Amino acid sequence: MSQMPSQEQIWRALQEVMDPEIPVLSLVDLGIIREVKVEGQEVTVVMTPTFSGCPALEAMRQEVEEKLQELGVPRPRVEVVLDPPWSSDQISPEGRRKLEAFGLAPPPVHRGDPEIMLNPVVPCPYCGSRRTRVTNTFGSTLCRAIYYCDACQQAFEQFKPL
Amino acid sequence: MTGQLDAQLQQALADRLLALADDEVILGHRDAEWTGHAPILEEDIAIANLAQDEIGHALIWYQLREDLTGRDPDETVYFRDASAYRNVQMVELPKGDWAFTMLRQYLFDVYERLLLDRLVASTHAPLAEAAAKIRREEIYHYRHTSTWVERLALGTEESHRRMQDGLDRLWPFAAQLFVAGPGDGALAAAGIFPDLSELQQAWEATVRPFLEQAELTIPQAEPLTVGRERHTHWLPILLGEMQVVARVETPETAW
Ligand SMILES: [Zn+2]
Repeated sequence: MSQMPSQEQIWRALQEVMDPEIPVLSLVDLGIIREVKVEGQEVTVVMTPTFSGCPALEAMRQEVEEKLQELGVPRPRVEVVLDPPWSSDQISPEGRRKLEAFGLAPPPVHRGDPEIMLNPVVPCPYCGSRRTRVTNTFGSTLCRAIYYCDACQQAFEQFKPL
Repeated sequence: MTGQLDAQLQQALADRLLALADDEVILGHRDAEWTGHAPILEEDIAIANLAQDEIGHALIWYQLREDLTGRDPDETVYFRDASAYRNVQMVELPKGDWAFTMLRQYLFDVYERLLLDRLVASTHAPLAEAAAKIRREEIYHYRHTSTWVERLALGTEESHRRMQDGLDRLWPFAAQLFVAGPGDGALAAAGIFPDLSELQQAWEATVRPFLEQAELTIPQAEPLTVGRERHTHWLPILLGEMQVVARVETPETAW
């Protein structure tokens, strides 16, 4: 019987597993890790998808398994749940700062209000101006929209509110 | 009721999930045909997103069905012939022009949104959970396609004509979305899946005034009321293209 890592060690290790589409953001920052269970030799990580068509889910699941194996878990389990549905409100404050530094405007906190989701004021991640406008509510991945800043005349992407 | 369903309800639910999934995967495929060909770059990106969303939703429905039947989603999509597909004919029609594509997606998006609004209250918990997940994403679809329908219908003479032509063609097909299958009555009685005639009323109450204020004329054509086992000749052609890679692949193929 090998020594299993503690819950705390696992959470810390998952901070190093990055979203393949946004490499500065860990799965923990993204808020998609729901639970870590350690029961004897059994280790289970419960996660939830961001957008349901997100093709990165399978890659993230594998990376979580590999990370757990590095920690000495022989047969890690990753369980995917849909309930409650993920919302961009669950991105951590730390995650929001990282997004902004990466040049991707963080999503507004909307608490389910469709008006805020569809018509947010999005400050430019480069110059901070609020004189920005959406040019496409769909972007290079399911979770991005495309904006333009009239102040610094830069196009930028936003992590889309969901 | 979140626990075991009896065998009859289980079969009815598996059939309904197949219908939901097949609609989304075929519509997603048709949308994906625009990738690289849409009228402008922004729309190329948008339609690729819509396609990816619909295929993602299809996967959720196929997985729920797998939980009931053990049928693998990939096997279900790539190794079934047209006669075993249960999508409506509306989604298998060729992609047509941009007006046709946006109108088809709009008519489907309204149906899907109203359906999901009801499904979140399903007595079958996994179905309610999946609906809650998908519903949030649909908000972006609906806004996008309704904007395009309105803009083209009220645009130039040509864009209006193309939108009206699209409506004349699609309207009778849309009715098939609401044709009940043999198990649907039992599902509605058990509160698992909404009653399709009520759904149709809600759908008409939304799309009719919207289309009319966009100065489109709703045709008087006979609605399509055949079951989902009936297809046009377009479906086998679509499947031929969609399935070819999976079918020629051998277990040794490395990507
Ligand atoms: Zn700026």
